[in-house]
Amino acid sequence: MAQALGLHPGMAVTQARALVPELDVRPADPQADMAVLVRLASFASRRWTPCAALSGADGLWLDLNGVAHLFGGERRLCERILRFCARLGFEAQIAVAGTTGTAHALARFSGQLITLCANGREVEAIAALPPAALRLESSAIGAARRFGIESIAELIAMPRGPLARRFGNHLLTRLDQALGRVGEPFDPIVAQDPPSASLRFVEPIASAEAIGQVLGDLVAMLMLQLEQRGLGARRLDLICDGVDGSAQKLGIGTAGASRDGPHLLRLLAMKIEQIAPGFGIEAMHLVAVRSEPLAPRQMNHSLGYKDSAVDLPPLIDRVASRIGASHIFRSSAVESDVPERSVRNIPPLTEPRQWPLDWPRPARLLPHPEPVEKVIAALPDQPPLRFSWRGETHRVRKADGPERIHGEWWKHGGEADAVRDYFQVEDEDGARFWLFRRGDGVDARTGDLRWYIHGVFA
Amino acid sequence: MVAALHEICGAGSSLNDDAAATLFVAGIAARLGSGSGTVLWIRARRDLFAPALAQAGLPPHRVIYADCSRDEDVLAVFEEGLRHGGLAAVVGEVGRASMTATRRLQLAAEDSGTMALMLKRWRRNGVDPLALPSAASSRWRIGCVPSEALPASGIGRPRWSIDLVRQRGGPAHHWIMEGIDEAGRLALPAGPSHRSAAADRREAPVRNVA
Repeated sequence: MAQALGLHPGMAVTQARALVPELDVRPADPQADMAVLVRLASFASRRWTPCAALSGADGLWLDLNGVAHLFGGERRLCERILRFCARLGFEAQIAVAGTTGTAHALARFSGQLITLCANGREVEAIAALPPAALRLESSAIGAARRFGIESIAELIAMPRGPLARRFGNHLLTRLDQALGRVGEPFDPIVAQDPPSASLRFVEPIASAEAIGQVLGDLVAMLMLQLEQRGLGARRLDLICDGVDGSAQKLGIGTAGASRDGPHLLRLLAMKIEQIAPGFGIEAMHLVAVRSEPLAPRQMNHSLGYKDSAVDLPPLIDRVASRIGASHIFRSSAVESDVPERSVRNIPPLTEPRQWPLDWPRPARLLPHPEPVEKVIAALPDQPPLRFSWRGETHRVRKADGPERIHGEWWKHGGEADAVRDYFQVEDEDGARFWLFRRGDGVDARTGDLRWYIHGVFA
Repeated sequence: MVAALHEICGAGSSLNDDAAATLFVAGIAARLGSGSGTVLWIRARRDLFAPALAQAGLPPHRVIYADCSRDEDVLAVFEEGLRHGGLAAVVGEVGRASMTATRRLQLAAEDSGTMALMLKRWRRNGVDPLALPSAASSRWRIGCVPSEALPASGIGRPRWSIDLVRQRGGPAHHWIMEGIDEAGRLALPAGPSHRSAAADRREAPVRNVA
């Protein structure tokens, strides 16, 4: 599609825009691309072949030695991989060949979705391809073009001595790799199993004490593994296999990576009562489903010095396992002047932002502004003299305001003209309220001049 | 008195007195932990407005909120927070708490040295939240009273009636104070003898209850 419009990779954006004015330009994100590729490789190494590796920034090597027959042959396997990629939204080209160089060249330059190259026919397969298919340095490609060399066949036909002098040894190595004269090692991506610990029992267990005992052993085993790998657990799954073949899964999460055995055990112990042992449990597995690198931390060395940083994650974990992780949070400022939109809940271990402190804000904000009645107020900018809320009439003695807040037309189209005028008023008993009037009192488009209460001050 | 349980509630069932009690608690919590400790605030209803706490000296990086829907959860999380020992204070908004529950909290506060501030909120049925017996070291009622009139139009510092209903090993007491400032400090009004008539009117029923 892009090539048909005359665009090609490496083109300047301005040039591309000149060709196709309505072009949707997005910045490249090589790190994210690479992360996807690594995930794909680790998936492939679980699903299709034990040996998968990255090939440049845009390809994967899969070693199909001894695995193709499991999927019904190389072609069937290739079709399967293509279907999988299509489901993910990727277009892919696959080549199967006896050498890495040939496979690399065919996958990128053959122009077909699937290319199969029989063993020993590498020379014919790549003969017609341009020299660039050999993974050459750009200087060598340029030199080849200057010499009028259009295909790999011409390179193969030339004597090796002059070839090395003209283009460097690199070209010879690549050529030999493509033809299978030189081996090419690659660095496989090994899918790591998450750290886990398992215990099987001679006699099925059912009592809470026994389960608690086993949990202690499992946690100790898992902590040893995490320590060896330098990881801390973020999420643990406990799987209990029943005698009747059923499996129960319970999970705990932590607010920060943790390798603290007693703490994790306490979190798990809170879940024991949720386990239904049935006829008995014959095996238990503890898996660190999510883990993060956790380096050993330096202890405070000076005597008598009190560590100022409070160790909050254990507390947050314990509270979260009781009331749910979404119910423990910090409040952070949002860049909005509309009071009900100025607060956002963020995870408890992230750094919140402070609100501007210039304007008075009520201690209790009503969930929704409530209309007040029997308001007597002078237009356009006087506070009310009297109002009635929840059946009680309040006579205003002192007042401050207005603080004018405009609608956020850049977020909600309907608020283009909306205005709220906020007043802080005190009644004869000293009770302070936060009232607002919809509209600026002059222009009818800004609001219908009705009064609402939005919060109460102390 | 830091390592103890204190109960605070609004002088009346109005939301204003409740807001005064809330800010009174926020001011105490703000000045604990040499002004930098973390506070766990356990909410039962969703009407607390965090920017107001920031204006009372509790900026957002000092407060962790926990939302609980039931009183049992509030009390359990309350005790969890006290037993942790690293917090400056734990504030819990509670409807009712039994004698046993308050004794547990009082013991937890004594063990860990963390101040426990129980903010008792009026229910719709109008039953006084301080009517139940409790093991708290002190019990307070906070209410709004008319503030000093400014020479110009506008609103000055709020004024509260602060009633120490009961304290362990001491007499009850009553003050009229200026509400808290941006660092959470209360202030004595300039001239106590010039107290307004309305303030005296508000005082009388409170004394009877105490």
